[in-house]
Amino acid sequence: MADLTSHEAQASSHEAHAAVHEAHAETLDLREQFNTAEQQKDASTLGMWLFLITEIMFFGGMFACYTVYRRTFPEVFAVASSSLNAVLGAINTGVLLLSSFTMVMAVRAGQLGQRNMIILLLILTLFFGGVFLGVKAIEWKEKFDEHHIPGQAAFHLEGLPPDQQGHAQLFFSLYFAMTGLHALHMVIGVGILSFLIWQAKKGTYSATYFTPVDVAGLYWHFVDVIWIFLFPLLYLIDRHLGK
Amino acid sequence: MTGHIDSIKTYLAVLLALLSLTGLTTWVAYQPLGAFSVVAALGIATVKMLLVSLFFMHLRHSNQLTKLVVLGGLMWLGILLVLTLSDFATRGWTGVPGK
Repeated sequence: MADLTSHEAQASSHEAHAAVHEAHAETLDLREQFNTAEQQKDASTLGMWLFLITEIMFFGGMFACYTVYRRTFPEVFAVASSSLNAVLGAINTGVLLLSSFTMVMAVRAGQLGQRNMIILLLILTLFFGGVFLGVKAIEWKEKFDEHHIPGQAAFHLEGLPPDQQGHAQLFFSLYFAMTGLHALHMVIGVGILSFLIWQAKKGTYSATYFTPVDVAGLYWHFVDVIWIFLFPLLYLIDRHLGK
Repeated sequence: MTGHIDSIKTYLAVLLALLSLTGLTTWVAYQPLGAFSVVAALGIATVKMLLVSLFFMHLRHSNQLTKLVVLGGLMWLGILLVLTLSDFATRGWTGVPGK
């Protein structure tokens, strides 16, 4: 009889242990399907990088297209490129690099579990991202005012004969497609940052769990890297030749 | 990257390097380098990409699998660019019609 009760006690303690284990498996930093928190984090990082590689191929096709047409019409591309505002482009590059800096600092605040710093740095990143998009909007408006919109009936690029205006339209098609696609990624990034700020305010992130901040950082830096290549390739073609 | 926390100093140094390189790439575009202008532009952009990916994206602290996947991705980009452009650049060489 005494043997039986001890058996029962053992069984119920087993159940209690299982319940504790299950509750542990459902925390944010260790989901049921992972063995360790580190494994879960590595899986998230790897998943984000795989997505970014598809993005690299996405933009890669446009860079290949750009290279083919720049090689075909080098003089037209030089004239068209020089019509862009290099000063605004350089300032915007700086703004985007600053936003990458504040983003990586937000991830660092996550590593250290500084919740208020995460929120502050994410808001700063959002601010710089907004400034970048604002400057971009000003630049695009200039293009409309100057009749540099491809497909426009009034399209005219100064300094080129009429038979080369079509080739100039090709440059501006690439300019708008590439900077437009980049800006779309920025807009999506702004949405992600807003979500992160909202979650951080709720206190979701801590030193043990800040994976969303981390992988959103990877995305944000990737968009920065795309711009690092777009800036010299679109704005700075053969500037030394003058207009 | 678990366990590696870089100092603020490191990140500030990387930011300063990136901003200086942005200034440099703008300045160098106005120098009479001829065909080397594009080489300089892409060289500086590549250095900036390495700084961002190794430090800001923590690639230097990433595990081997992630590094391998990233290198594999760049290899696919290389195939996209090199094969497309090797076709495009050599089309006129043989005088075959319909190039």
